[in-house]
Amino acid sequence: MIIRLILHLALLLLFAPMLNGIIIKTKALFGGRIGAPLLQSYYDLARLWRKGFVFSRTTTWVFLAGPVVGLTVPLLASLLIPFGALPAPISFEGDLILFVYLFALSRFFTVASALDTGSSFEGMGAAREVTFSCLAEPTLLFVLLVLARLSDGLSLDTLLGSHLLTAWHSDAGASLGLILVCLFLVLLVENSRIPFDDPNTHLELTMIHEVMVLDHSGPALGMILYGAALKMMVMGALLVRLAFPWQTGWWLSDALMFLAGLAGLAVLIGVVESIMARLRLPRVPQVLVGTMLLSIFALVLVLR
Amino acid sequence: MNLLLSALLILFGGSLIALSVRSSTLATRVGILSVLVAAPMAGYVALKVLLSGQPLSFSAPWAVPGGEFSLLLDPLAAFFVLPISILSLFCALYAGPYMAHAGQSRSLAPHWFYFNIMVTAMLLVVIAANALLFLAAWEIMTISSFFLVAWDHHREDVRKAAWLYLFAAHLGMMLLLLMFLLAGSYCDGFNFNNFGPLAQLPIGSASLIYLLALFGFGVKAGLFPVHIWLPDAHPAAPSHVSALMSGVLIKTGIYGILRILSLLPPAPAWWGWLMALLGAGGALYGISLAAQQRDIKRCLAYSTVENIGIMLLGLGFGMVAAAHGHPKIALLAFAGGLLHIWNHALFKGVMFLGAGALVHATGTRDMNRMGGLLRRMPLVGLLWIGGSLAISALPPLNGLISEWLIYLSLAQAGTALDGFAALVPLLLFGLLGMVGALALVTFSRLIGICLLGEPRDPAAANPHKVAPAMLVSMGSLLAGCLMIGIFPQGTLRLTSTALSQVARLPVGAELGRAVTPLGLGALLLMAVLIILGGLFAWLRLFRLQTQTSTWGCGYPMPTARMAYTGESYAEFVSHHLMPKIMRPKVSGGKVSGFFPISSKLAQSSTDLVLMRFLQPLFVALADRCQRLRWLQQGQLPVYLVYIFVASAVLMVWSLWAGGHGGK
Repeated sequence: MIIRLILHLALLLLFAPMLNGIIIKTKALFGGRIGAPLLQSYYDLARLWRKGFVFSRTTTWVFLAGPVVGLTVPLLASLLIPFGALPAPISFEGDLILFVYLFALSRFFTVASALDTGSSFEGMGAAREVTFSCLAEPTLLFVLLVLARLSDGLSLDTLLGSHLLTAWHSDAGASLGLILVCLFLVLLVENSRIPFDDPNTHLELTMIHEVMVLDHSGPALGMILYGAALKMMVMGALLVRLAFPWQTGWWLSDALMFLAGLAGLAVLIGVVESIMARLRLPRVPQVLVGTMLLSIFALVLVLR
Repeated sequence: MNLLLSALLILFGGSLIALSVRSSTLATRVGILSVLVAAPMAGYVALKVLLSGQPLSFSAPWAVPGGEFSLLLDPLAAFFVLPISILSLFCALYAGPYMAHAGQSRSLAPHWFYFNIMVTAMLLVVIAANALLFLAAWEIMTISSFFLVAWDHHREDVRKAAWLYLFAAHLGMMLLLLMFLLAGSYCDGFNFNNFGPLAQLPIGSASLIYLLALFGFGVKAGLFPVHIWLPDAHPAAPSHVSALMSGVLIKTGIYGILRILSLLPPAPAWWGWLMALLGAGGALYGISLAAQQRDIKRCLAYSTVENIGIMLLGLGFGMVAAAHGHPKIALLAFAGGLLHIWNHALFKGVMFLGAGALVHATGTRDMNRMGGLLRRMPLVGLLWIGGSLAISALPPLNGLISEWLIYLSLAQAGTALDGFAALVPLLLFGLLGMVGALALVTFSRLIGICLLGEPRDPAAANPHKVAPAMLVSMGSLLAGCLMIGIFPQGTLRLTSTALSQVARLPVGAELGRAVTPLGLGALLLMAVLIILGGLFAWLRLFRLQTQTSTWGCGYPMPTARMAYTGESYAEFVSHHLMPKIMRPKVSGGKVSGFFPISSKLAQSSTDLVLMRFLQPLFVALADRCQRLRWLQQGQLPVYLVYIFVASAVLMVWSLWAGGHGGK
């Protein structure tokens, strides 16, 4: 149990920033550049950790609660979810609801810390973030319900158990394919990637997630970046397990397979970011409504 | 039972003494003291009944035909007595300093009279075991709360709101009178223990009684299409009265529905579906409108509509599951619905009392004129943020526990049922998720615009001080939220006797076992938060810290007028997620030409059901009734003829009925 917990956390804490490195490298290769080294995210985090703080005169403790909760939540949520074939260290009936609401908690504090600066740019980002989540959250719940319908339990560990392999070959394969698409879109919107949000945009007016953390600096910004990396890995773990439900039985090969799956996902995100432009802002809710309808359709298919 | 009776007498006596004294301070002291003594007594008795499951009863003759002063404190009644006593205790404590300012210009004696009478009547409503006594207590509760809502009656909007409340409450009362008459006609007596024959009623008559009860009590409870009085009355009332009304008074409506259901035969599935679907609709409707209000208390009032919807969704779905023969799922849903009643009393208490503190400090209910209050009122702000977390069902507080139970029951039904029968619970599951996400929008907006950022108005820049008693009341309620959040299994054990009475099923230990991991998770979350937060605070000691102004994109002179407002925060949600009909009405703001003159823009959000359906309906009815004006000739002889004709008709009817030997 303890060993499993340590392995889980070690995988998460050590490899999460790597995903961003892979995405940046992929995008650079598409652009014909060599790009930053794979470990650039780690260097950035180390640099931010050594810096001082700059605070706005307007802010209160809520401003600092954002980064702290933003780091805590993915750490705890990761314990509920299996990493590939490695089972989740904590699992109980109904933990999928806690999983979703933990991320809601981090959203609440991210948004609150943005509003704490009193800047209208950050208010703009906050309003967009909470609005998109109104559509992304039900989609995620529907996706999890499809999985629940195919398994015999309501914990994430049973939802993402070894029965997925047979489910892919059965009638439910079509539904699984649909929710894989939905999950990928939810992953993109929740982690502020193109086509929903551009992490590298340089105009405050067009940002969503980046604009909410404009005023954070030094170690606080580092915590936010690290928390965002952890969140991407946790949500990616859901997708990777669904797409690659194989298991070998030996922990090391399972872990390696999981990491390879995540790397593949990062490359995929990089490819999407390279070949697509950002959606116009009013289009985003429309795409998300479409995604939600797709997930309901998958649910109907699996009930049939 | 004697303890409870003496609590009622103390409250009643306190109200009379408060009315008779001249000075405001003395009336306040008497009012607070009687609640402070009586509420713990009532709470203690309720706790004992909940733990033991043994009902207490009392009966005395009453000189009213068909009436009897019979009281019954069974687990279901005790389940409601407990929150009533806790919340009225803290509201009374809070009201002392809150009303002190008003007490300088007018006597507080009537306020304390009605306040204590309202608490007495609420207790009497839930323990009355006779239909006439119940209706009398119900009416006293309505009237006393009407006078409390109309406290600031020199303002026109308050008078209108109070009037709407009285009108709606009496329409509901009419349905209840009909319901009890109908129920009494099948039985020989109006005591609840004479209502035994109701359990053998054919489904048609039972359904009629159920529908009358659902809508009659639903008006008070804030059931979705008949909630119309609620968004106006809550902002109009003083804040501790809003807290008490939203926290427990409207729950007496849910009590009434549950009490009538316990007398009727086992519910068919469609009763449950009706309640659950109305609840789900109300939850979505309430929270959508709550996200668009700029009046903070109106926003909280709509959130009450949402939470009542969640409770009814849980209870209604429990009935569905029980009717389909899934006792485990039914227990989960009933437990979620019942626990949400307690949870809502606690966190809505915190929210309304906190809103009152903000209104008291700044003199406005408009969130766009607040801002930066967390810096200036750190403790109120902290407690209000805590309450917002609880009401948005976020861990580690209590809102999540009850919603989690409802989620779990819906998901289990969705996986246990076959084919398309499973689709409705699964869709409700997703809908509840959307309601949760909208609640996050609403409450992040509420705290973000009111408490954070820069003050948008001079009043918010220099708020008045808040008295310690107000903070203690809020803090105690929030502590209750936290306790349920980290120790849910104990709370569920406390509710188990009431739960088994409502669900008509035995309650085992498995419910407590199911929620235990949530409580442990909450503890773990808090531990990690404290460790990381401490680490962060420690790091700040060693690092260079610079204070500067917020990044304004290089603009050198930002003002608070440029900050995001409530409307701008909600604009994205209302324009991209909501149907056009639910968006706020915008007037003015048209700008034309190269050198436009200054123009005004105003936005207001009105209640769709009231404005689009009920108001036109009643206006049309009033128009029709105009045609009967010729009956009113204004001459005495004509009215004497009316009286004569009416008496003659009644006499003939009674002779005819007597001749046929009918009753």
